[in-house]
Amino acid sequence: MTQTLLEALTLLGGFDHRLLEIVGLSLRVSLTALAIGALLGLPLGAWLAVVDFRGRSALIIALNALMGLPSVVVGVLVYLALSRSGPLGSYGLLFSPAAMVVAQSVLVVPLIAAVTRQIVEDAWRDYAPELSVIGVGRLQAAGLLLADCRFSVSVALLAGLGRAMSEVGAVMIVGGNIDGYTRVMTTAIALETSKGDLALSIALGLVLMTLILGLNVAVHYVRGWAQRRYG
Amino acid sequence: MFPLRIVALRFVPAGRVVLDDLDLVLDGEGISVILGPNGTGKTVLLRLLAGLLPSDGGSITWGEGARPTGRLAMVFQQPMLLRMSVFTNVEFALRPQAMSGAERHARTAEVLERVGLAHRARDSARLLSGGERQRLALARAWAMRPRLLLLDEPTASLDPSATDAVERIIREIRTEGAKVLMTTHNIGQATRLADDVIFLADGRVQEHEAAQRFFARPQSPAARAFMQGELPWRIAFDH
Repeated sequence: MTQTLLEALTLLGGFDHRLLEIVGLSLRVSLTALAIGALLGLPLGAWLAVVDFRGRSALIIALNALMGLPSVVVGVLVYLALSRSGPLGSYGLLFSPAAMVVAQSVLVVPLIAAVTRQIVEDAWRDYAPELSVIGVGRLQAAGLLLADCRFSVSVALLAGLGRAMSEVGAVMIVGGNIDGYTRVMTTAIALETSKGDLALSIALGLVLMTLILGLNVAVHYVRGWAQRRYG
Repeated sequence: MFPLRIVALRFVPAGRVVLDDLDLVLDGEGISVILGPNGTGKTVLLRLLAGLLPSDGGSITWGEGARPTGRLAMVFQQPMLLRMSVFTNVEFALRPQAMSGAERHARTAEVLERVGLAHRARDSARLLSGGERQRLALARAWAMRPRLLLLDEPTASLDPSATDAVERIIREIRTEGAKVLMTTHNIGQATRLADDVIFLADGRVQEHEAAQRFFARPQSPAARAFMQGELPWRIAFDH
């Protein structure tokens, strides 16, 4: 065990090329999925928080349920969509980083939208009377509240990034875990562990944990600073 | 928009009568102060006028129409302030109006200057003191150039100096032509500001008089008791 840990630290300390490549691809895929998730999930959540229409409750329940969507199910659905006979087969995205981005985005959008909806709806309950008298429309209110709750919403983004980076089932199915092309940290850990190469698995696990922990620390301090700066 | 006619207005949430066939006529000038004990429907009346609550009966007529033809603004007891700058907290309220960005900026700067907050324009609104927050809320309402300004206990929990600053702003807004309808528990404030007093009790207007006459000799028994500090509305506690 100690020997394996030392090997893992040596890989990290030596900036192992293979390890860096895997970490780099993981970050590219997950951050792109997060950007797409934010672009779609934030406005969707904010809109859902302030609008009133028939079926809204059903949509909220569906969105909350989608937060727990099993990643392998997403993997299979995206696989079917991107496979040669699927509706998006002509784009030739299967077994590429783009396919992994699509799968992770499908996982991240409902999570960001659901958390954002809850945060913005709480603010809307307090702000609605005054915004209504001022004459602010629902869509404008959604934008205003999203901006007002920006520091709380950072938690939604953090949760989205956490889900994207720690996800393994979907990217395995649609990416194929191809060495040097679609192998990311989670799929590499799964593969190397099954092969018995625990040093690389542990090194990647350490990087993954450090990244997630570092991001949480950063967001914690940014929120603290924002609280002092903006109240 | 005026005269504002309220006829037989009722508000009965969950079977509890808050407003009970309330009648009131308001002209479009001066400061009308609503006085009365807690729970008698003062805030509810303002919210009904602002369209924030649906009534359970009666009618509100604005001049000849069912809707206000002039602009209406309201300042709440606990004003909503966005986690943004003082400037933005005023400027955003002008966005629904047909104004260019330059006009919005100029109007915002003007009202902040007039309420004495120009030097704090870039600061976060959430870091203002209680008095400054209330001045900012008034600035936001003032910027909208309202024809009717509704104020719900605008100086509750403010110290005398902050209260004085808020009262000066209210007088200025009135001087610019806005009708002000406000609630307060501060009888001193009512004597300083009111042109006329509306006394509410038991969900009805018990008395609506010119301020001087009201304070010299309230006519209704309820208003007399209230002004003498008697407590016929004593809150009952369960033992």
